[in-house]
Amino acid sequence: MIGLEHYLAVAAALFVIGIFGLFLNRKNVIILLMSIELMLLAVNINLVAFSSYLGDLVGQVFTLFVLTVAAAEAAIGLAILVCFFRNRGTIDVEDVNVMKG
Amino acid sequence: MVSADIQIVMPEILLAVYAMLALLGAVYTTKDAMAPLLTWLTAGVFVLLAVWIGMTGQGTHAAFDGMFVDDGFARFSKVTILLSAAAVLLMSEGYMQRRGLLRFEYPVLVALAVVGMMVMVSAGDLMALYMGLELQSLALYVVASLRRDSIKSTEAGLKYFVLGALSSGLLLYGASLTYGFAGTTLFSGIIEATENEPSLGLLFGLVFLISGFAFKVSAAPFHMWTPDVYEGSPTPVTAFFATAPKVAAMALFARVVHDAFGGIVGEWQQIVAFLSVVSMFLGAIAAIGQKDIKRLMAYSSIAHMGFALMGLAAGTAFGVQAMLIYMAIYVTMNVGTFAFILGMERDGRPVTNIESLRMYSKRQPLRALAMLVLLFSLAGVPPMVGFFGKFYVLRAAYDGGLGWLAVAGVIASVIGAFYYLRLVYYMYFGEEVDALDGKMAPVLWAFLMGSALIMVVGVVNLFGIEPLAAAAAATLVN
Repeated sequence: MIGLEHYLAVAAALFVIGIFGLFLNRKNVIILLMSIELMLLAVNINLVAFSSYLGDLVGQVFTLFVLTVAAAEAAIGLAILVCFFRNRGTIDVEDVNVMKG
Repeated sequence: MVSADIQIVMPEILLAVYAMLALLGAVYTTKDAMAPLLTWLTAGVFVLLAVWIGMTGQGTHAAFDGMFVDDGFARFSKVTILLSAAAVLLMSEGYMQRRGLLRFEYPVLVALAVVGMMVMVSAGDLMALYMGLELQSLALYVVASLRRDSIKSTEAGLKYFVLGALSSGLLLYGASLTYGFAGTTLFSGIIEATENEPSLGLLFGLVFLISGFAFKVSAAPFHMWTPDVYEGSPTPVTAFFATAPKVAAMALFARVVHDAFGGIVGEWQQIVAFLSVVSMFLGAIAAIGQKDIKRLMAYSSIAHMGFALMGLAAGTAFGVQAMLIYMAIYVTMNVGTFAFILGMERDGRPVTNIESLRMYSKRQPLRALAMLVLLFSLAGVPPMVGFFGKFYVLRAAYDGGLGWLAVAGVIASVIGAFYYLRLVYYMYFGEEVDALDGKMAPVLWAFLMGSALIMVVGVVNLFGIEPLAAAAAATLVN
């Protein structure tokens, strides 16, 4: 029987993978965007699992909001990335270093 | 029923409709030629809304079953946000115009960000919180990379986007745990769920939420985006980042910890105190080595957020009052300081190196004096108004039983005084270097002098914001 805990465990694992993807990835900014998406989807799994467990629709409404915002966020991220690529000619994470920090 | 709800969110609706109409109007007419007019118009709309909210708002109203709350706290924050955003827009116009940066999207994006901030400070529900926060953040990511032909500006936008999205993810994960373990997304429901021994899941949710907020207010150890974004963005955008969004994020922070988790002050007090002490010391120490005045202001803002969090850490109504006063003073000081930075140029090109200020006082005694007052105020030297802001938060922390935090705050502010005083030293002593241009736009001059004057004259009664902040804090903490 698959219960709430299993869903929460999957979501937590995906979320942690997303965070590690952000910090350990040294290659490509696109992978950063994918990691961000992974984190948001982990949250969605959490919300839907809780919603079904509690028998409460609010969680699913929240999920729809998150999905919509994630789409807008990805669009803006890609737009900024395109501008960056035009100036710099590369999207390697290691080359995002004009300012140190 | 619905019309009553609409009535409560009317300022936000009007501003959102204005932003969309402005966008359409500019696109279908003369595009960027509209930009100066649109900038002034948007600033005017902000001021009108601030007057409207400040003058007519009374009592506490909840709209949409408590998802949106209009109370004294929200109104105080909204007026601060609107006025500071208007000031920044007015300062930006000339600077951006001369550098060919003034696109009509700029005022529209600022207006949309302000709508997001107004929703944030009025949020009564995790969903409203998230939507407000994202509306603000998405608009800010774009304005950070406004100068899209510059490597620095696009890199600032990219860094801000990636780390901002990470913080939204953390915050959202916290929101999902809070929802699951409290069974509701309404703050009023969450506070009921914490009445008996709060569950572990709820505490995890709280910690994730707080780390998300710490990112947004740029508190250490979640501050790493701040210096790069401040340095890379066009200076008027940096001025905007340093003012309105900070107030909004801090107000949202206070709203969530008090409205939703006010029953378990002991659980979050230590985390906020930790964030506060780390931010104060990191901001004070890391700023010492900075040569770029925008990076310096970034570390200065990290330190100031530490002080504002100190008020919040007290966990009392007086603490929230101290935080509100601190933020209002901080914003006023920053508007003046950035007016000065916007005016720093040589041969028409912006200069941000602090070495270029050497012997500034010899050529521009009045402007150097105004900047001296502002820097003393930022450092918290009595009798400037900045000192009273620090005094309030220190007293709040001491009264709240966090004596050690108040002591740490005093030490950090002494360390922090070093780099403000070094700027003063550069302006008044040392050998001369290539002179900065003597001209300064009248608008910038007016903001610089006005802000400096407020820092001196305000010591009389702080312009009466003390009782206003007290009333605002009383609606949040009870």
